[in-house]
Amino acid sequence: MGRYLLRRLLQLVPVFIGTTFLIYWLVWSVPGDPFAGKCGERPCPDSFVNMMTEKFKLDEPLIVQYGNYMQNLLQGDFGQNYGGREISDIIATSYPNTLKLALVALTIEAVIGLTAGVLTGLRRNGFLDNLVLVSTLFLIALPIFVIGFVAQWLLGVQWGIVKPTVSSEMRLSELIVPGFVLGSASMAYIARLARTSIAENRRADYVRTAIAKGLPMRRVVGVHLLRNSLIPVVTLLGTDLGALMGGAIVTEGIFQVNGIGRQVFRAIVTKESATVVSIVVVLVLVYLLMNLLVDLLYAALDPRIRYE
Amino acid sequence: MSDILVSEQSAAGASGRPSGRLLEVDDLRVEFRTRDGVAKVINGVTYHVDAGETLAVLGESGSGKSVTAQTIMGILDTPPGFVTGGQVRFHGKDMLAMPFEERRRIRGEGIAMIFQDALSALNPVFTVGFQIAEQFRVRRGMSRSDAKKRAIEMLDQVKIPNAKGRYSSYPHQFSGGMRQRAMIAMSLALDPEVLIADEPTTALDVTVQAQIMDLLAELQRERQMGLILITHDLGVVADVADRIAVMYAGRIVEEANVYDLYAKPAHPYTMGLINSIPRLDEKGQQLRTIKGLPPNLMNIPPGCPFNPRCPMAQPVCREKVPPLLQVGSGRASACHFAEELVNRD
Repeated sequence: MGRYLLRRLLQLVPVFIGTTFLIYWLVWSVPGDPFAGKCGERPCPDSFVNMMTEKFKLDEPLIVQYGNYMQNLLQGDFGQNYGGREISDIIATSYPNTLKLALVALTIEAVIGLTAGVLTGLRRNGFLDNLVLVSTLFLIALPIFVIGFVAQWLLGVQWGIVKPTVSSEMRLSELIVPGFVLGSASMAYIARLARTSIAENRRADYVRTAIAKGLPMRRVVGVHLLRNSLIPVVTLLGTDLGALMGGAIVTEGIFQVNGIGRQVFRAIVTKESATVVSIVVVLVLVYLLMNLLVDLLYAALDPRIRYE
Repeated sequence: MSDILVSEQSAAGASGRPSGRLLEVDDLRVEFRTRDGVAKVINGVTYHVDAGETLAVLGESGSGKSVTAQTIMGILDTPPGFVTGGQVRFHGKDMLAMPFEERRRIRGEGIAMIFQDALSALNPVFTVGFQIAEQFRVRRGMSRSDAKKRAIEMLDQVKIPNAKGRYSSYPHQFSGGMRQRAMIAMSLALDPEVLIADEPTTALDVTVQAQIMDLLAELQRERQMGLILITHDLGVVADVADRIAVMYAGRIVEEANVYDLYAKPAHPYTMGLINSIPRLDEKGQQLRTIKGLPPNLMNIPPGCPFNPRCPMAQPVCREKVPPLLQVGSGRASACHFAEELVNRD
């Protein structure tokens, strides 16, 4: 176990270097002038361009810039954007918002998806089963911006049940609709996975044994059946949290959440390369660690899996 | 003469009056409704087991022996399986008509069951100890530590070495034989009056088979349980069974004590089964088999279901279903020519 963990952590190093370099390279090969529009209506004066080029070492070859960047990063320095703001500061203010939204989305998809999946898995082909199958098909088929705009327009504008956008206080009640939108597709997948898994395991021999032992049905289902059926579902939820924490460019955009997704989008548009790379670096790290966590969780849930 | 005996037998059954039997299956009928049609899996099975007695239920796969056991336990998959008639009486009370909760309390405590494949029958994600202790906690309301103590005692009783250490092992960490022992410990935890063992040794090595059978026989003697041993292995049966019921196409075709059955089978199917046991003194010769295949349960041939494979078949066999009649004392056969078979020299 310890050796497995060490190996997995060491594997993170090349993956981390590879992904960050790829991002760095991509961002720099996007055509366009980073100083376009920085000085109002006029093109920037040469003195300004020269100063900035000097400050950010923009005339160095890509590999040297990347090397410098990584060197600073390892010392915990994310650098500054062109406006002179610390990038670590940008991340620190926007990341908690993304995290909040991700957790709300995960809770919603886990609770609703699991409940729907377990109920329909136990009783297939009923009304509820068909309802869940059709509605999950909708959620999976519709792009997230459609679901987002429809929810915002219907609930926020037409019916006025919720505020159409999220305020900077990020109140929980404001996050429910964006969280639902963000988690909708995964919720549908969770429901379907749980349904299949429950239906498959319901006929398993060990469930039969549990019934033959004279256990009450709620214990047969709640302990013996559920524990086995949830293994794939929990794994999916864990992976999804990693993805959700990667920010939700579309959802955060629609509901005006000041999250990491919006920051990265803004940075791409304004060619704030250092900001883009820094945020993505954080996201990659979080995602890799979440994946590792899920793998470890898998072993905790299923004793047949051992990591050597 | 036998008609009278039969009417007596079935009258006792149909009336449902307490007969003093521990567990009786009475004219049980089960069918499987599938997309391809209705398979009549159990077509009027009647047998009983008393305390301290071992009844072996013998038959090929598909003869309905396991489905009968599942119906007794209430673990028949419904759908596709449906009970269409008959009774399963425990202490004279029909379990099939009981409310769910009453029936549930009989499971484990009144009647318990051991399954063929202990690896899939045990829950893979819980320790063996947990799965035994669970019953003491849920059914007896014991504390966690008391339940654990009792579970370790049970593991010890089925001769699992280092029971205390093995308590926290998972099923996949046990060998096949040890798993079946754990399964036995689990089924006996609540001290049931009847134990149904559905092919308990089929998945095991021959040497381990003997150990498990010995263990079962020993535990049964100690506890004076009724034991229903479901098997297709005549060798296993001879050692431990008091009575044998032979099943074919969802019916009992012969019932007798072990000695009578081996000495003089009263049904051509039983005769075929006994003849197909490989014998040492006939080494090198071709094994004897029963020709043909068991009938398709969606389309059971008219008359005696065994008639297409029977070496003694006569025209009457294709017309009339032979009822299970008493022949001689304490034995019964469902063959038109049972008397001739028993009285031959």
